[in-house]
Amino acid sequence: MIKNADVVIIGGGINGCAIAYYLSKKGLNVVVFEKKYLGSGATGSCGAGIRQQWSTKENTELAIKSVKIFETLSIELDMDIEFTQGGYLIINHDSEDEKQAKKNVLMQKSLGLDVSLVDTSNILRIAPVLDINGMHAVSGTFCPTDGHANPFKTTFAYAKAAENLGAIFFTHTKVTGIDVKKNQICKVHTDKGSIKTSIVVDAAGVWSKEIASMAGIDIPNIAFRKEVLVTERLEPMFKTMVISFKDGIYFSQQPEGNIVGGIPIPKERSGYYTMPTFDFLRHMSQTLTRYAPTLKHINMLRHWTGFYDVTPDARPIIGEDPLIKGFIHCHGFSGHGFMISPMVSSVLSEYIADQKNSKILEKLKINRFENGHIDHESSVIG
Amino acid sequence: MINMSKEKVFVCRCEDLTEQEVLDAINQGYTDLEELRRILRIGMGPCQGRVCINLVKKILEKKTKEKVPEISYPTNRPPLIPVSLAALAKKEGKKK
Repeated sequence: MIKNADVVIIGGGINGCAIAYYLSKKGLNVVVFEKKYLGSGATGSCGAGIRQQWSTKENTELAIKSVKIFETLSIELDMDIEFTQGGYLIINHDSEDEKQAKKNVLMQKSLGLDVSLVDTSNILRIAPVLDINGMHAVSGTFCPTDGHANPFKTTFAYAKAAENLGAIFFTHTKVTGIDVKKNQICKVHTDKGSIKTSIVVDAAGVWSKEIASMAGIDIPNIAFRKEVLVTERLEPMFKTMVISFKDGIYFSQQPEGNIVGGIPIPKERSGYYTMPTFDFLRHMSQTLTRYAPTLKHINMLRHWTGFYDVTPDARPIIGEDPLIKGFIHCHGFSGHGFMISPMVSSVLSEYIADQKNSKILEKLKINRFENGHIDHESSVIG
Repeated sequence: MINMSKEKVFVCRCEDLTEQEVLDAINQGYTDLEELRRILRIGMGPCQGRVCINLVKKILEKKTKEKVPEISYPTNRPPLIPVSLAALAKKEGKKK
């Protein structure tokens, strides 16, 4: 084990690897600890969608800027991350949905996003596989620049690029303790040795709570289990991701042809139980074949469980801890860490390397919950 | 003579993957079965890895001269065989 690092990042998911890249690019000595293998947590089990249609300004802004980065990321990192822009179609089921959708579209447009309300005939034009009656759809919103990327390859691409710039990755290495002296981070212990550092980034996904507690910090996050299924490969049928906040369903066809999607289980509970359930399979199959009846002939190949690291307002917690100097929060993505990771990691890296603060960091800091006012992100599933 | 060049030996029939492609990935530094699975999609096809995982494990062990520990085998995902969405969507207790 090496003795010193400028920054120690805990968690080898998309955010940990991306921060490692941006910090290494700025010339810092970075070490990443990952308890399993890269992308073994939420990143590796996510639905791979990239969406810019949000109800809060911060999330929309983070997503728009992330898409800008995603667009050129394969070239920048010298590895194809399979980024495609097939759009996101959000289904409205009643006037209440429509009212919120109109409000969202107005705000999103003010930030420069190409997004619009679409009627039912346009929904069918975008995705002919859908059944308007089956979905109980009255309208939708569509953003053509939303899309999809391969989470494994994006994570590996960031990690390889970081390694080429000198970052050191320790996989299968578990962090066992963090030393704090006079409210300042000073050392990180692992099962393979200890390392001195003044900055720790907690990017450990649903295990972030455990990591934060090692530094004596309590974070309000809760782990939610979410299941995802994948079907056999099919000829290309539709390019858009289809989602409904009311039914909780999301699904899209991957570049390889498989349909990937998920839905919360009605009686779902929080926890770390990883075994997929039949309740999910039945509920998902029923809803998916209601949305796209022709898919009933399709075979399901696999399903798996991932975790959402959920905060009280469904928005991430990022930035330095107000009490423990050098402890950087980067968690609580509430199911949307992959899609906003390029911008989150850029902003955090600028803060760590250049002490540059930003409005986004100000809005998403940990002590926002103390003031009582919670601006909840409503465009979330589950 | 049978041509046994590594470009023509298929280790994964679901994803059309050859021995050479596995070796290339290992050479690029993906030396964990789980990482190989994610970069090559082995074990993600209809056979659920029954054909490819053991072959890839053998190639990996031969190449790295290290034994792949049992614990790092990819997780088995249900179902054992592909099942149609219509069958899964059937209401409980309904028999034909």
